[in-house]
Amino acid sequence: MRTSRTDRRAAAGFLMPFVVLFAAFFVLPIGYAIYQSLLSVERAGPLGLGGSRTVFAGLSNYTEAFADSAFTDSILRVLLFAAVQVPAMIGLATLLALLLDAAAARAVPFFRSAYFLPYGVPGVIASILWGFLYVPGVSPIVDLLGSAGLDVDLLGSGSVLWAIANIVTWEFAGYNMLVVVAQLKSINSDLYAAAQIDGANAWQVVRYVKLPLIRPAIVLTTVFTIIGTLQLFAEPLVLRPVSTAINTSYTPNLAAYTEAFVNNNYSLAAAQSVILAVAACVLSFGFLRLVGRKGDDR
Amino acid sequence: MTTLVDRPADRPTEPSPPDGGRRRPGRGPRAGWKILVVGLLTAFALYFLLPVYWLVIAATKSTGDLFGTFGLWFADFRLVDNLTGVLTYDDGIYLRWMLNSVLYAGVGAAVATLLAAMAGYALAKYRFRGREAVFNVILAGVLIPGTALALPLFLTFSKIGLADTYWAVLLPSVVSPFGVYLCRMYAATTVPDELLESARIDGAGERRIFTALVLRIMSPALVTVFLFQFVGIWNNYFLPLVMLSDPKLYPITLGLTSWQSFADRQPELYQLTVGGAFLSVLPLMAAIVVLQRFWRGGLTEGSLKG
Repeated sequence: MRTSRTDRRAAAGFLMPFVVLFAAFFVLPIGYAIYQSLLSVERAGPLGLGGSRTVFAGLSNYTEAFADSAFTDSILRVLLFAAVQVPAMIGLATLLALLLDAAAARAVPFFRSAYFLPYGVPGVIASILWGFLYVPGVSPIVDLLGSAGLDVDLLGSGSVLWAIANIVTWEFAGYNMLVVVAQLKSINSDLYAAAQIDGANAWQVVRYVKLPLIRPAIVLTTVFTIIGTLQLFAEPLVLRPVSTAINTSYTPNLAAYTEAFVNNNYSLAAAQSVILAVAACVLSFGFLRLVGRKGDDR
Repeated sequence: MTTLVDRPADRPTEPSPPDGGRRRPGRGPRAGWKILVVGLLTAFALYFLLPVYWLVIAATKSTGDLFGTFGLWFADFRLVDNLTGVLTYDDGIYLRWMLNSVLYAGVGAAVATLLAAMAGYALAKYRFRGREAVFNVILAGVLIPGTALALPLFLTFSKIGLADTYWAVLLPSVVSPFGVYLCRMYAATTVPDELLESARIDGAGERRIFTALVLRIMSPALVTVFLFQFVGIWNNYFLPLVMLSDPKLYPITLGLTSWQSFADRQPELYQLTVGGAFLSVLPLMAAIVVLQRFWRGGLTEGSLKG
């Protein structure tokens, strides 16, 4: 690596196109959202018919967002959702990867493809598919359970959140599995030989060799899963017509969308977006700090 | 790390068993264990394939049979009629949605990959003030939820008159912070400094070195970045939903949900939604299966060095 003026010029030339677009489409919108969230539209005259003007409103949009129980409910709902979804997703992905690692080589390509396939299905289309599999009258699952004497309502207020969790798991478990598989593949097979000599059984190899060594993959997939679950939007939006339990502010994203495009209150919507982005950053950074401290002994 | 791993392998190596000795301890010889593994793998495969199987069956049914017959078996076979219906409805708007998706995802991912390669290479191989600061800001971009950006992007784009155009979806799609991250990691470990030096001594300019040497060496990572971004754009819903109101500009995700949302008023749209989902899902799933080794390759060498 060198340091010279031509170097700096060349580096700037390579870096600039990305940096300019990154500033325009990442940094600027965040700045604009924060700015917008500090404004509010004041209407004058009787019934607000006397025209409107935009005024600086301080943090009033934020206090309004937090005072709205529908919005705080939506935050609590995705937090509950994430608390179940993230461990379940990562646990399933790790289990699938370990099972594939333990299976006979001949069978692996078929199973790996079967698990990874849903990653190619857009979330909304996956939701449409599963929606058909949930709706009584179309769903073969409900049919089968019904003929077995079990009447289930997969779209009721108690169950629809977990019906959504199932869709999200179906979409991304295979992808997360592939990340873990990649890391498992990179484990030096001498370690297995050493463990075998030490008399380790299959479970001990998993516990003391495989799991510690696939940690980076698990951390990476966990961070992406946290960010993904908090953004929950397409699945509830698509299921909304078939489930009365989903309202227009079922998740923070849905609430912000409704606020912006139904109620035309861009400032409140911007405040809600900022709250969501901050929450995602705090949780994912917090998680990284947590595992970073524990991982210092590596 | 645990004692098991740290213990030096200084013991005399046992003679290899006759079956080659390369068998991993995880693949125990016990038949019960094997049956359990295969049984679990099969059960999970059934779970992941169930909706796909349902979709294939459902795509062959008439609207009446879709609701009136058992979902996991065929009724009257009407696949060709259904697909003709999908492709001709509303003057063939479905094909236009497919082409739009190919345009957004193809062009967006190609440009994103080139930009990420340039930026990742610059961050890996040149030393300049503020390099780590720039990289950290880009990394923070990975953690920003895409949907939190979509709304402010819409407000900005509508100010400058770009909302509801192809640009509204394309432009934000060419920025991939995760791609820069992968490319930097990959360039740092695979592009040798000596090679760059000798190319410079031979009189090659920086741009020529990048296009002739670096891009070639980085190509495995570039394929991974391209596929990631392609699938990301193809599957994206929130950004086009917020940006676009003209159905002619819709990608396939937005188009199919618009059919689905009208289906309670026009029941034939149920079957069109199913047939349209069937048509759109098949090529992408085939591509996913064929190309999956690129996901594996890029990730081990790039992001997961740890």
